[in-house]
Amino acid sequence: MIEMEDVYKKYPNGVVAANGINVSIKQGEFVYVVGPSGAGKSTFIKMMYREEKPSKGAIMIDGVNLAKLKESKVPIFRRNLGVVFQDFKLLPKLTVYENVAFALEVIEEGPKYIKKRVMEVLDLVGLKHKSRMLPTELSGGEQQRVSIARSIVNSPKVMIADEPTGNLDPETSWEIMRIFEEINTRGTTIVMATHNREIVNTIRHRVIAIENGQIIRDEQRGDYGYES
Amino acid sequence: MKARTIRRHIKESLRNLGRNGWMTFASVSAVTVTLMLVGVFFVIMMNLNKVATDIEEDVRIRVHVDIAATEEDQQALKSKIQQIADVDTVEYSSKEAELDNLIASLGEEGEAFKLFEQDNPLYDVFIVKTKEPEQLEKVAKQIEKFEFASKVKYGQDDVNKLFSFIKTSRNVGLILIVGLLFTAMFLISNTIKITIVARRREIEIMRLVGATNSFIRWPFFMEGIMIGILGSVIPIVLISTLYTYSYDYISAKLEGHFIQLLEMNPFMYQVAGLLILLGAFIGIWGSLMSVRKFLKI
Repeated sequence: MIEMEDVYKKYPNGVVAANGINVSIKQGEFVYVVGPSGAGKSTFIKMMYREEKPSKGAIMIDGVNLAKLKESKVPIFRRNLGVVFQDFKLLPKLTVYENVAFALEVIEEGPKYIKKRVMEVLDLVGLKHKSRMLPTELSGGEQQRVSIARSIVNSPKVMIADEPTGNLDPETSWEIMRIFEEINTRGTTIVMATHNREIVNTIRHRVIAIENGQIIRDEQRGDYGYES
Repeated sequence: MKARTIRRHIKESLRNLGRNGWMTFASVSAVTVTLMLVGVFFVIMMNLNKVATDIEEDVRIRVHVDIAATEEDQQALKSKIQQIADVDTVEYSSKEAELDNLIASLGEEGEAFKLFEQDNPLYDVFIVKTKEPEQLEKVAKQIEKFEFASKVKYGQDDVNKLFSFIKTSRNVGLILIVGLLFTAMFLISNTIKITIVARRREIEIMRLVGATNSFIRWPFFMEGIMIGILGSVIPIVLISTLYTYSYDYISAKLEGHFIQLLEMNPFMYQVAGLLILLGAFIGIWGSLMSVRKFLKI
């Protein structure tokens, strides 16, 4: 599903954030990406949803080579991808329902389908009853669930999460992880960058550790491996 | 694009214009001032051109006939002039008729010239029209050589002066207008930049969930057009009102002359069309300038 071959990334300021990364992630896998701040985790994640372009090498996601993908084709590519962030990135003036529907409106889906599909995913994240509320009226965990609902509303094959529990308290984090597990068991590949040692060590999955722009460890059912 | 999407874009752009009310007002005002000046200038230029063409087309050569010429000499001169290839018509105007014209054109003060009826100092005149205004000078030179043609006058110098005046004022006006157009575009592009900054998060999310660039761009594009067209309303109303009054006033003065202003219809429609187009163009250009920078397309 995701293949990286000899990926290099050098920023204009000279920082090398990826220094020869090779990795292969299969359909349906759940992968944690760990490593200290500034080690290249974010770049690794950003290159997957084509926010950054590799300087060298190839990144194949679901048969698309992101290194060669034309700028005009990026939006189409992203429709098959769900992205979740630490800061939720919700629109404060729209209701929960509207925030999720927004993702379908901008790709010009029909209103009937939008209604049906949005209620479906809100049900999945357990927020059907709060669909008319504004994000500011929700707790952090609930806001993150809205953003997860938005990311899966297109039924993506791959989900990218950049520290999704970074702003949440431990209990809420577990809630979010339960939803991720649920999405994963339905067949969606999940790549999640995290600093949460407890989660990685408890819900065991493949762990990729990145330092100085290189993968220094890649093990199935691995542990976090850093002192928190 | 689907009708639903167009509706969404229009709603979106109207909301943005409302949200940034003062900037919208500033941009619309800038367009209004620009188009007002462009419009007034355009109306004046077009009318000056019309007047110049009218005058040019009416330019004739006046051939003063030597007083020593007999009736036969005059006839001979007339037929010689008629034989010149580029000459269209030759009219005779006796010195008595010339004096009457002069008295009439001077109005009340002309009464004094009635004294000259006893001893007319004027010449008999042939009024020569050429087929094309450009041949005036050539024909005039030919006539000068004829016997009994004592003085040959034509208004070419005046026409040339008028044309060079029009040309100079047109160039000065154009520079002014280009400057104003750029100011208006700059203001519009700033307004739209502010609406983009206000919506940066929204745009970021749109990009993440797979909205195409053109989808993101449309509302801003429409905002630009709306600002431009809103800005053209006041100039169109004011200019057409002013022109109606000036037209009536000036036409009354020009009654009976060969010079005419441009008719209200279709001229005012042309001016309105031009101003709307120009407004929309300024708006589109301003919005494209700012969107391009922000969307890194």
